[in-house]
Amino acid sequence: MKGLSRVYTALVFIFLYAPIAVLLLYSFNSSTSTIVFHGFSLHWYKTLFADRATLRALYNTLLLAVCSSVIATVLGTAASVGIEKFRKSALRTSIMATTNIPMMNPEIVTGVSMMLLFVFIGRALSIDSVLGFGTLLIAHVTFNLPYVILTVLPKLRQTDKNLAEAAMDLGCRPVSAFFKVVFPAITPGIITGMIMAFTLSLDDFIISYFTSGPGFQTLPIAIFSMTKKRVKPDMYALSALIFVSILILLILYNIAQQKSEEKSNKKI
Amino acid sequence: MENNIIIDLRNITVAYGDNTVLKNLNLSIHDREFITLLGPSGCGKTTTLRIIGGFIEPDEGEIFFEGKKTNGVPPHKRQVNTIFQRYALFPHLNVYENVAFGLRLRHLPEKEIKETVREMLELVNLKGFERRHISSLSGGQQQRVAIARALAVKPRVLLLDEPLGALDLKLRKDMQIELKNIQQRLGITFIYVTHDQEEALSMSDTIVVMDNGLIQQIGSPQDIYNEPSNAFVADFIGESNIVDGVMLRDYCCRFSGQTFECLDTGFAENEQVDVVVRPEDVDVVPVEKGMLRGEVTSVTFKGVHFEIIVDIGGFKWMIQSTDYQAVGDKIGLYIEPDAIHIMKKSEYSGMFGDYSSFSEEYEELSIAEEPEEEDEEQEEDL
Repeated sequence: MKGLSRVYTALVFIFLYAPIAVLLLYSFNSSTSTIVFHGFSLHWYKTLFADRATLRALYNTLLLAVCSSVIATVLGTAASVGIEKFRKSALRTSIMATTNIPMMNPEIVTGVSMMLLFVFIGRALSIDSVLGFGTLLIAHVTFNLPYVILTVLPKLRQTDKNLAEAAMDLGCRPVSAFFKVVFPAITPGIITGMIMAFTLSLDDFIISYFTSGPGFQTLPIAIFSMTKKRVKPDMYALSALIFVSILILLILYNIAQQKSEEKSNKKI
Repeated sequence: MENNIIIDLRNITVAYGDNTVLKNLNLSIHDREFITLLGPSGCGKTTTLRIIGGFIEPDEGEIFFEGKKTNGVPPHKRQVNTIFQRYALFPHLNVYENVAFGLRLRHLPEKEIKETVREMLELVNLKGFERRHISSLSGGQQQRVAIARALAVKPRVLLLDEPLGALDLKLRKDMQIELKNIQQRLGITFIYVTHDQEEALSMSDTIVVMDNGLIQQIGSPQDIYNEPSNAFVADFIGESNIVDGVMLRDYCCRFSGQTFECLDTGFAENEQVDVVVRPEDVDVVPVEKGMLRGEVTSVTFKGVHFEIIVDIGGFKWMIQSTDYQAVGDKIGLYIEPDAIHIMKKSEYSGMFGDYSSFSEEYEELSIAEEPEEEDEEQEEDL
């Protein structure tokens, strides 16, 4: 029985990580073959860094991810504070339902409907090419928002309701009371929400596809357009780089969390 | 007690929708007084405290602080500080920084802050805890930090919202004494909210008994206990037998089919009244010598005394006696004139003071539920 469960676990890990391992391996292949490994080489990494269009797309993607996650985090945190204040459950439930729509909605529907809206407004304001960074940013903030709210709200609920009042009681103005005592208490939730928003924005394809214009391409869209011809192994190199960076980010985050947990445990 | 009033509430009314929490409340609080707002959950005591703290604006009425109207003054500009029910300590700061919080906001020199924090931690017996993290403290220690933090900014009035509710009984008793000592040493006004009548009796200079958004009685602990103004107060403060009676004339009343001598005057002839007799004031005597006679229906050993329920003509009396009586025994009761207290009839008449449905378990259950309800009251407030 024990052996069987080990086999099962091994299988799960193989299915999860084998594709990534293959990708990493073939990004170092010296030939274009996807079947035979000819020898170790950094050729595709060199090609990648010489490919200005792809680098541009990467830059666009990162810019978009950073901007949209920061904006979504600020808006989402503010929204959470507001939602938490609502005591009437019916109102609160309906607000939460509305907030969750972008998350529940099929991406294709969100994408198409946003494109329609943008084009309509573009026409109304007689702007020729309305689709671009601006529209992408709005779209990404929209679908990032519920994730931020969903991570910040529980943290907010855990904190003592009287914290802000206690600060005001001691002489704090209401706004500075929030930043001095409530904000530190919900920071972990805010960071988690921001990381989530960042990664979601990074790899979003469907919504971006509908809301981006020819002037501003993100990496997922650039790669997708390549599949119409043929994906060259420099894309393996790029994917490998992204995977490794995210892996490092995750490990760092986990270490940081572990440390802060140990810190508070030690104090008890 | 000096006669200078520090806080004056006049005609305060607060309502949430249809629910009127405070009805035309008038209350004057003297400087340096330990005043307790006592009542069951939902009686409006926490709301009253939050109005004084500035967290709720009354719908009607005025608040005066040293004669100056303070309606609309935000909490951070009031000379009162609050100890919250769950302390509301800042979890990201250590003990020192928590106590220093209010001082830093006043931009005091670091040396003065250090001095005050040291002084305050000494006051609450937490010397050497400066660098400790809040989460590493016990409930009692957190309570002390909250007190030190509030007192560090030298308030004129300290508001305490059921501060001892989360502590166990032994610790609660110790803290009661300590709080009273602190109040007397610093000579500042304490406004204390609790639903624990024993706590109120042992700590307060003045007790304000509240129910249903109304003040039922204001007085010293002795007044409240010995001369309750109506059946609610009599029942809420300690145990009492409350029976229907008639005031035949001054110093003479009739209840349970017998005529008694008493010390009360000022009622109309043959006025219907409520008669209060405290269980510890009734003496058990042989049945033939009793002013009242009845049959013992239950006996509970309480340590100091036995709690005996006696059926007298269908009405169940509670009696506390150090002598054991067996269930089913016929006994006589003897009541001294000064043990009888006469109250005017009120809306509470007939609701309290009969022990026929008395059950220990029920009593405990209702107490256990109380903090929860208080929560709701607070949340409503937000």
